Amino acid sequence: MVHDKTLGSRLLDVFIYSSLTLFALITFLPFVHVIAGSFATVEEMLQKNFILFPTKFSLDAYRFIFSTDTIFRALMVSIGITVVGTAVSMTLTSMMAYGLSRKDLDGRRTLMFLVVFTMMFNGGMIPTFIVVKSLGLLDTYAAMILPTAISAFNLIILRNFFQNIPDGLEESAKIDGCNDFGILFRIVLPLSMPAIATISLFYAVSYWNMFQQAVLYINDSEKWPIQVLLRQIVIVSSGLQADTSELGGDFVPPPENTIKMAVVVVATLPILLVYPFLQKHFAKGALLGSIKG
Amino acid sequence: MNTSVTQTAARPEARPRANRSLWARLNKNKLMYLMILPGLIYFLIFKYLPMWGLVIAFQNYQPFLGIRGSEWVGFEHFERLFNEPTFWMLFRNTITLFILNLVFYFPVPIILALMLNEVRVKFFQRTVQTLIYIPHFMSWAIIVSLTYVMFTTQGGLINEWLASMGFQKISFLTEEAWFRPLYVMQVIWREAGWGTIIYLAAIAAVDVQLYEAARMDGAGRFRQLWHVTLPAIRSTIIVLLILKVGDILELGFDHIFLMLNGANREVAEIFDTYVYTAGLRQGQFSYSAAVGFFKAAVGLVMIVFANKLAKRYGEEGIY
Repeated sequence: MVHDKTLGSRLLDVFIYSSLTLFALITFLPFVHVIAGSFATVEEMLQKNFILFPTKFSLDAYRFIFSTDTIFRALMVSIGITVVGTAVSMTLTSMMAYGLSRKDLDGRRTLMFLVVFTMMFNGGMIPTFIVVKSLGLLDTYAAMILPTAISAFNLIILRNFFQNIPDGLEESAKIDGCNDFGILFRIVLPLSMPAIATISLFYAVSYWNMFQQAVLYINDSEKWPIQVLLRQIVIVSSGLQADTSELGGDFVPPPENTIKMAVVVVATLPILLVYPFLQKHFAKGALLGSIKG
Repeated sequence: MNTSVTQTAARPEARPRANRSLWARLNKNKLMYLMILPGLIYFLIFKYLPMWGLVIAFQNYQPFLGIRGSEWVGFEHFERLFNEPTFWMLFRNTITLFILNLVFYFPVPIILALMLNEVRVKFFQRTVQTLIYIPHFMSWAIIVSLTYVMFTTQGGLINEWLASMGFQKISFLTEEAWFRPLYVMQVIWREAGWGTIIYLAAIAAVDVQLYEAARMDGAGRFRQLWHVTLPAIRSTIIVLLILKVGDILELGFDHIFLMLNGANREVAEIFDTYVYTAGLRQGQFSYSAAVGFFKAAVGLVMIVFANKLAKRYGEEGIY
């Protein structure tokens, strides 16, 4: 489209650019506000005159929330289930996806149907809880990984990707004496790095953001991931037990809102850090998944 | 003896060919089956076993008696379900939120995509996209937490601003009237930017010659939008709309659970959160399994129906 220079066209441009700018600001500013707020000093918070940038930076809120290891422990739990969970999910998903991508496999259609059917119907929260409970998984880290280890959606995306790899490559590997595992790990996976990266990120983000399973299956607050602790501190306002003696006798605890903001930042930061990487891959992944689902 | 041994040994030879070759094929691919096996076990344990577990909706399930030992009560829980005002509250809330989503959220990504497509300055376009995609990767716990620190009456940005303008502070988070607007705003804020991806892809697939032809015929930018772009992405819009209808009952546990509090329960409680409270908090396993069953059954019907429709329209569409 070549843009004409009529008045209407220019007004339209003004409207479009300003609306988009506004929408982007509304999307982004809450993050800036919360990050800035977490560094605000007590005085500034009390004067309530800052919106985006505090004039004086203070790390008191962070010193406060890290004075006991509650937050640190929750971060470690989240990192742990993200790393282990992604590894487990990717192993299971890629092996099954590869199997289902092979056209010479008997029962392939039946197996695919079994997978697709779970996207349409499920037993729901209570029966799943009973299964998890009878496996003795309550209050274990495994309860935050195993019950959603494979996403049928991711499995199908990966299988579609594998199907597009020319059969000839696999056959020639077979002639060279490679078995099926060898083909998967030495030929198919290396050729599928874009898809593998996307799906790994899908899994990693969902493990990092994992909330529902932790609420359902984890009672022991020492095993809570950061998202559940976040709810407890910010939304339920249960407050954070800090060890003020660690911080020196004259330490003044920051206002509650500043502490809450600092906790939000800590839970958000890892995603913000990997975001540029995420966005690039996910945009492709979203298209891959939605157009040919 | 001797003859029988010979016969047994000979039997495989006598087997129908198809059978033997099936076995041969299975055997040849045994490594492939081994590869599928862990995944298959996952689906059987965590997806199909719970489906079987739904039978507790027809029992008075006692955890210590198990499914085998619990007493069967037929449709008792379902009768209770349809006679209870709570059920209709859940139903009303779910449908209302769904419709609000459809009316207020659904058009936003389309409008954003159309606007982004008009932007000629590549840098601006990329920057806006980068910024509006961000919230999609944040958990609901983070998004609801952001809402809380910004909307609280105790020093939250929005209320401080209202106060400084001379207005009354509003307790957004604990007033029934504010739950639905907040809910819809959060959904738009989190998903609208990300939702543009598919529309942008559909727009990018439009043949440039169509625009040239339209300009030759004297079409301005509005007319090009109306007669070229919109018809071109029409089928994408329809398919996404239909698929959204298929997800009618999937409002998301995390989001509602986090927004739910004692004050807004009348308008905020939905099937998922109710199953959690009634089932796991209050121990009414069978009754809440029945609620879940109802939800899953309606969901299945809607998904099948939606997929059928989407396929019909999708085939007529651009891809």
